[in-house]
Amino acid sequence: MRILISNASPDPIYEQIVQQIRAQILSGDLSEGDPLPSIRKLAKDLLISVITTKRAYEELEREGFINTVGGKGSFVAAQNPEFLREKRMKAVEEKLADAVDQAQLLGVGPDQLIEMLRLLCAEGE
Amino acid sequence: MDSLALEIDRVCKSYEGFSLKDVSFSLPRGYIMGLIGPNGAGKTTLIKLILNMVHREGGSIRVLGLDNLDHDARIKSRIGFVPDEPRYHEDITLENLKAATAPFYPGWDETRFRALVAEFELTLSKKFKTLSHGTKTRFSLALALSHGAELIILDEPTSGLDPVFRRKLLDVLSGVLQDERISVLFSTHITSDLERTADFVTFLQDGQVMFSRPKDEVVGSWGVVKGGRELLDEESRAFFEGVRVRALGFEALTSKIEPARQMFGDRVVIDQASLDDIMVLMGRRE
Repeated sequence: MRILISNASPDPIYEQIVQQIRAQILSGDLSEGDPLPSIRKLAKDLLISVITTKRAYEELEREGFINTVGGKGSFVAAQNPEFLREKRMKAVEEKLADAVDQAQLLGVGPDQLIEMLRLLCAEGE
Repeated sequence: MDSLALEIDRVCKSYEGFSLKDVSFSLPRGYIMGLIGPNGAGKTTLIKLILNMVHREGGSIRVLGLDNLDHDARIKSRIGFVPDEPRYHEDITLENLKAATAPFYPGWDETRFRALVAEFELTLSKKFKTLSHGTKTRFSLALALSHGAELIILDEPTSGLDPVFRRKLLDVLSGVLQDERISVLFSTHITSDLERTADFVTFLQDGQVMFSRPKDEVVGSWGVVKGGRELLDEESRAFFEGVRVRALGFEALTSKIEPARQMFGDRVVIDQASLDDIMVLMGRRE
């Protein structure tokens, strides 16, 4: 696991931790059952407050990414494959929506956009 | 076990020209609290009251669940204290100072002490008077962390320390907090130290508690508004908890970030306030 905190980031520190652990779970770098450092250990390693790491873990727990077992610590939760796929699809959709916005700004219509996408897909194959 | 390391309720103390008025806050076990405030705000007096080193005129103080007057000796053996100016007999070596201190603590841990001496690069054969201020603080810290204390109290520990050791101190304190029964109260005016590791921040000004809250809430909920002086009038001042006027514009502290943004729009810039900004601007009227 890797976490890099930026003091210059506009995102609060707990949010940076959530984003990075979530990304590593979604990308498969962290998999089901992998142990996470304890809240206090993580606070010490990052030299940040215990309350901050606690809040990050609570958020990840609420989102279903990790489970905390009393006395044993926190672990990467079993990810429902369908749920995971849905989440990734949503990310794709967001990126596409972004591309559509950009295209509209440039006056690029749907036909031209679809053609561009077709070409990109062909390149990727 | 009591869940509060420290419980301070309406504590009062007055000296000529200065008084602590109805000071109340509490620190849950297992966390670090920073006590901030300008010089003369009452931080050291408050710490002396907690340690029962000066007479209190009103209110109550419970340390580790016990009244601090009724259980003075019991509490002191469970506290590790680092004063702002560590004072010991000047002509004695550190080795002998340690030998004189250890018997007072049933929980003295010699192995731990030796490890800290090595980590803090102390030479035990040296006499106390030959040490620099920073080294005296390190020695005092080694003593404070070697007897299994459940509450560590540090009065301005970083003021005589270089940045390298200040970072090491934060590391050591985070290490201590791996045991969730242990708590730390840390007074300082160097707020960058706290901005990283503190869980709670208590801000003392003119003998009064301005706030005592989780640090993450404090840091996120104040803004510094900067704008031209022509914007300052009675109506706009109502948004600010403190204002500093400068030649090229004003700086003001606000807890109403969104309303201020709506009211002033593009005419001002609003930054997140640091603990320093809060300390400097709070209550300032210009």
